This record gives sequence, structure tokens and C-alpha cells, in this order.
Amino acid sequence: MADKIPILKMGRFLLLSIQVDMHDQLALDLQEDLTHQIVRHKAKGVLIDISALEIVDSFIGRMLSHIANVSRILDAKVIVVGMQPAVAITLVELGLSLEGIATALNTEKGMRRLESMVAEDESVGELESGENADTSASAGD
Amino acid sequence: MSSTAIAELLRNHEATLLDVWVAAQRNAGMRLDLMNESTIVTNSAELLRKLTTAAAQGMDDLDAAHWQPVKTLLEQFSFNQSRAGVSPSETATFVFSLKEPLFKLIQEHSAEPLVDIWATTQLLDKLGLYSIECFMSGRESVIREQQESMLELSTPVVELWDGILAIPLIGALDSNRTQIVMEALLEKIVETESDIAIIDITGVPTVDTMVAQHLIKTVTAAKLMGAQCIISGIRPQIAATIVHLGVELGDVITKASLADAFRVALKQQGTRFIAATSR
Repeated sequence: MADKIPILKMGRFLLLSIQVDMHDQLALDLQEDLTHQIVRHKAKGVLIDISALEIVDSFIGRMLSHIANVSRILDAKVIVVGMQPAVAITLVELGLSLEGIATALNTEKGMRRLESMVAEDESVGELESGENADTSASAGD
Repeated sequence: MSSTAIAELLRNHEATLLDVWVAAQRNAGMRLDLMNESTIVTNSAELLRKLTTAAAQGMDDLDAAHWQPVKTLLEQFSFNQSRAGVSPSETATFVFSLKEPLFKLIQEHSAEPLVDIWATTQLLDKLGLYSIECFMSGRESVIREQQESMLELSTPVVELWDGILAIPLIGALDSNRTQIVMEALLEKIVETESDIAIIDITGVPTVDTMVAQHLIKTVTAAKLMGAQCIISGIRPQIAATIVHLGVELGDVITKASLADAFRVALKQQGTRFIAATSR
């Protein structure tokens, strides 16, 4: 295996930035690696930065929605950030509108959105335990 | 008499030929309002000289390398003519008016006038057609440039507020134009990091399935990038058409006016206006 896309853990979130041209094997490896990491770290959210991705095909588009679906089952929110206009147009032309995947313009906005999404989820648990109250309140800000 | 002989003839009588030719052009109605006479004389002299050089090396094949200087000159001349607004027939006259003086010359000096005249007329016809072709491509490039600048002019993306963009669409939408609109909008979203884009279609006269499709594509593409689109300015007829066509606008927010859309955008951003305290 020549190269691998690094998955970084940041608190309750996983961060992955696609900086190289995606080929099919790399996408498959990433898919598998990510599912394992989500379970291992009990991640609540995954942020995928594709700002450096300039070429997409239907396979990569499908892979993104596959990752989102798998993550949802594993109770992790997925947000895709920094999609280039050309990539967005291509995906639309391919008929892949990535239903159900949250998107944001850049990593900063994506992180904020992800935090509020996770905080929304946890607001119920907060009442019961009261343990995460502080973190949730600041995250939801 | 071969092509070399014709070249010889051209060379020996260059000065007289030039005078008669320019006179013929003047008679044919030279556009002195558009073209300077001295420019025409310079052009004619240069063409004649290059023609002589080229003819000496054979006049059968215009695609041959030695005809290139002549063609380049004609290209430039026709291109300038088309830019100046001269008509195609006037451009062609430039080459065709050389026939009469040249034929007279051949008749006087040639052993076989008919054969030589035929060869020359074929050559000049080809050159004339070539100049028309260049003229046309010059025209087309002008039209293309105008089309492009019109497309760019007609699709401004404006910033209404921090993080709010608006794109007022005016005039008929076709796929080509929508494509440019889409690209301009998406580029601007990236550039300004705007979360909300308002597409105002008040100035769009008709919406058909294609246009609706394109609008939806734009909205979806913006959504993929993380921005939200609001469509505003839908007129009653257009709303009726959209429903009649069965176009599914999905979860796209639509508002009657740009002001309404702007209000929604501000609300989503959490921006609120506070009235200044009255004095």
C-alpha cells in the first residue's frame, strides 16, 4: 500500500483531510480505516476536508455517501467541508446530491456546525446525568 | 508560358500594375471613410511583391509553404477590414480588382494568353475566396467576443451583507448562461465564504423545465459546498408554470421578493436590526 489518508483524533471528533488524488483502492481503504477508528475512539463526529480534492468521479461520490451512512449507524455525525465549485458541479451533473450529508464552506464553520449538531444530540442526556453540561453548553454556543 | 513567366511579367511591370490596380480599386468604390488611401497603396504594393515571389515558385498549390506570406498578408488585411466594418464584397474586390490590369498585361505580352489567363484567374479566385474566409472568421471572432462579454456583464454576483450573496438574474436563461451563472456564484461563495446566496429571478421572463432544472442544480451544488440558496422574485405566472410542469423544487426556500429573502437570510444568520432611539 503506497499511501494512506491520515485520520486525526481531536477530542470527540475525527478529522480527515483528503490531500491526494483519490483512487479507488485508497477510497476503499479509507472507508474501512474510518469505520474502525470511529468504533475505537467512540467518535461523535467526523469532519472530512476535501478542499484539496479537484477531481471526483461517481465512485468517490458514492464513497462519501457510503461513509456518511456507515458513520450514522455508528452514531457519528459526518460533515464534508471545503468542496470546490468544480467538484460540486460535477457531483450534481452525476446526479449525486449527497442527501443527508451535512456540508460547510470551510473547516472552521464545519467544526462549529459539527459541535452544535453533536451538542443537540446530547442535550437530552445532559438533563439526566448533568455531567457533560459544561462542555455541551460551550459547544452549543 | 509557365508560372515563372507570369512572375517575370509581374516583376517587370510592378510599378504600372500597381498604379492601374489602385486606380481600379478606387473606381470600384474604395471606402476612404474607413480605410486610409495610403494604407491601401502600401497593402497593394506589398501583396504584389509577395505575389511575385510566391508565383515564381509555382502557382498550383496555395497550401505550399511559399504562399504563406501572401496568405498571412491577406489574413491581416481581411481581419482589419472586418473590424473596420467593411462589407465582404468590398474586401473581395481588393483581390478581384487585380484581374483586369493583370489580364491586359498578359494579353499584351504572353504567347499563350488564354492558358495564362486561366491559370491567373484560378489563382486570384482562390486568393479572393481565402480573403473572404478570413473576413468571415474575423467577423465570427468579433461576435464571439461580444457574446462572451455580454455573458459576463449579465451575471453579476453582489454581496448584500457579510456572508450573504445575491445574484439578480435578468433576461432569458439558457443552459450556457446558467452554467456561467452557476460557476460565478459558486466561485464567489468560496471567495467570500458566504453561507447564504439569494437567487433573484424577477427579471427572468419565462421558466421552462430546463431553466428550473438548472436552478435546482445550482442550488444543489451550493448546498454541497455548504451554502444555502434562497430563490426569490418568482412571479405568479412562473409559479403557475413551475407547478404545471411538475417541477419538484424540493426543500428550496422560495420567497416572493428579494427583501423577504434577505430578511430570512439575516434571520438565519442571527443578525437583528435595532431601531435607533427616537429623539
